[in-house]
Amino acid sequence: MTVITAPEKKSAQPPGRRGGRSAARSLVLGLVALVFGLVVWALASRGVEHLPGPAGVATEAGRMISDGMLFDDALASLRRVFTGFALGVVLAVPVGFLMGWYPVARGLIEPYIQFFRTIPPLALIPLAIVLMGIGETPKIFVIFLAAFMSCVVAAFQGVVDVDRTLINAARVLGASDRTIFLKVVIPASTPFILVGMRIGLGSCWATVVAAELIGAQEGLGYRMQNASTYYLMSQIFVALIAIGVLGLVMDRLLLRAERRLTNWQERR
Amino acid sequence: MTPKISFRDVVKTYELKDTTFTALDHVSLDVADREFLTVVGPSGCGKSTLLSMAAGLLEPSAGQVLVDDAPVTGPGPDRGVIFQQYALFPWLTVRHNVEFGLRIASTPAPERRERAERAIELVGLGDFADALPKTLSGGMKQRCAIARAYAVNPQVMLMDEPFGALDALTRVQLQDQLLTTWSQEQRTVMFITHDVDEAVCLASRRVVVMAARPGRVHAVIDVDLPYPRTEDVRLSPEFTRIRNEVWHAVYHQNLTTTAA
Ligand SMILES: Nc1ncnc2c1ncn2[C@@H]1O[C@H](COP(=O)(O)OP(=O)(O)OP(=O)(O)O)[C@@H](O)[C@H]1O
Ligand SMILES: [Mg+2]
Repeated sequence: MTVITAPEKKSAQPPGRRGGRSAARSLVLGLVALVFGLVVWALASRGVEHLPGPAGVATEAGRMISDGMLFDDALASLRRVFTGFALGVVLAVPVGFLMGWYPVARGLIEPYIQFFRTIPPLALIPLAIVLMGIGETPKIFVIFLAAFMSCVVAAFQGVVDVDRTLINAARVLGASDRTIFLKVVIPASTPFILVGMRIGLGSCWATVVAAELIGAQEGLGYRMQNASTYYLMSQIFVALIAIGVLGLVMDRLLLRAERRLTNWQERR
Repeated sequence: MTPKISFRDVVKTYELKDTTFTALDHVSLDVADREFLTVVGPSGCGKSTLLSMAAGLLEPSAGQVLVDDAPVTGPGPDRGVIFQQYALFPWLTVRHNVEFGLRIASTPAPERRERAERAIELVGLGDFADALPKTLSGGMKQRCAIARAYAVNPQVMLMDEPFGALDALTRVQLQDQLLTTWSQEQRTVMFITHDVDEAVCLASRRVVVMAARPGRVHAVIDVDLPYPRTEDVRLSPEFTRIRNEVWHAVYHQNLTTTAA
């Protein structure tokens, strides 16, 4: 459906930035929430046995940062995520397009996608370790699968959902199938693919941490596993917070890229 | 003189689950060269189907659709099409939308820019050349779609209820604009509408009234009104007479169809 917008409504606000006042307001509210959370945590750590307080965790974080441990762990996890994610996206987009464009390809590939989609990538770790050893390969493989599954479906859906009228509009202007694919189908499905990538990145991040719990020498997941063996509660907390912060940052970056690339969409 | 577009005994059927639905039943119709023909009829009588066949987006189940005496084999830049839903590429600015067909035709860049510029000026979107479609009003979107079709300079314009979604004022403005361009360039136009006034006001010689279930030509009504079609013409007794005749043909056909 096309939405008719009044001409006055001409992009009054630059994309990606809300009005200055509401931005300041949400910043203040966010800070209030943060402080409140820290207070609750500090109080809780006094009551609950073995639960480290914010101060103890901050000290531990300082130590882990200064001796480079946190940085190395984060880097190891990020490297795995990016390698697996990149491979997954690079393969998923053409496969998704193929499925959307050629019904034969769809018929052949879709059953597999539907089946493997129901298996959480993590469930394949034991098998992957047996087949690929305990090195980097099985970890990157399951991350790759996580990214691939969410992106392939998104790309496929993007192609299938392209407005027929747009395709017809291109055809009556003389466009060949090739041109239609390059100039209509690809741009029209970008929003779908970007959403798929965001979901994919989220599940990659969840997968990497879990994959590192099993047989790794470094990484944030490994750090937590190791810390729990030696009862280093503060270290577990530092790793957890790092996982959350990094996941949030990556999601925000991708969201910004998405906003930028699909700025042409009508938003309600 | 051979007609520009010719529908000969055109039948269009759709295979449904257990029946065959006849959307068009032996339609024969000629559109003369440089004619501005309007087609009006109740919803579902097959107007869009007819137009899509001239555009080459649909094939007739039986009969022939000819353009310049040659059977239509597919869409082509000689026939510009305006869709009711605007169908602008939302990721392209007005200018790039208008240049779309020229790029496909590999028109050299300087000429492409100039022709796009001219088409954009013609529809009065000069100030919005670099705007994205989402920032345009409905009327402006449709003017952009018209500019996009004009830019490739088609001999025929096929318009499917192009102003259907617009308010009355914008609609009259765009009608006037369309008539001005038509009288200057004299392209052949096949214009579909469900608005009787619009059909009469725009038609150069004839209004075709279609009937539904199955879709067919119900009546062809002659229009002999002077140009330019000013407000005086729109309010003249002759206009009212033709309008009433078309109105009658559109809205009192149900009696005959249910009786048959
Ligand atoms: N793909 C299709 N499959 C089955 N029936 C169809 C299909 N396309 C159109 N029809 C039927 O053909 C008939 C004519 O459709 P068409 O779109 O040409 O009508 P129309 O005169 O343009 O109507 P409107 O004024 O509402 O746009 C309708 O009854 C519709 O239900
Ligand atoms: Mg229609």
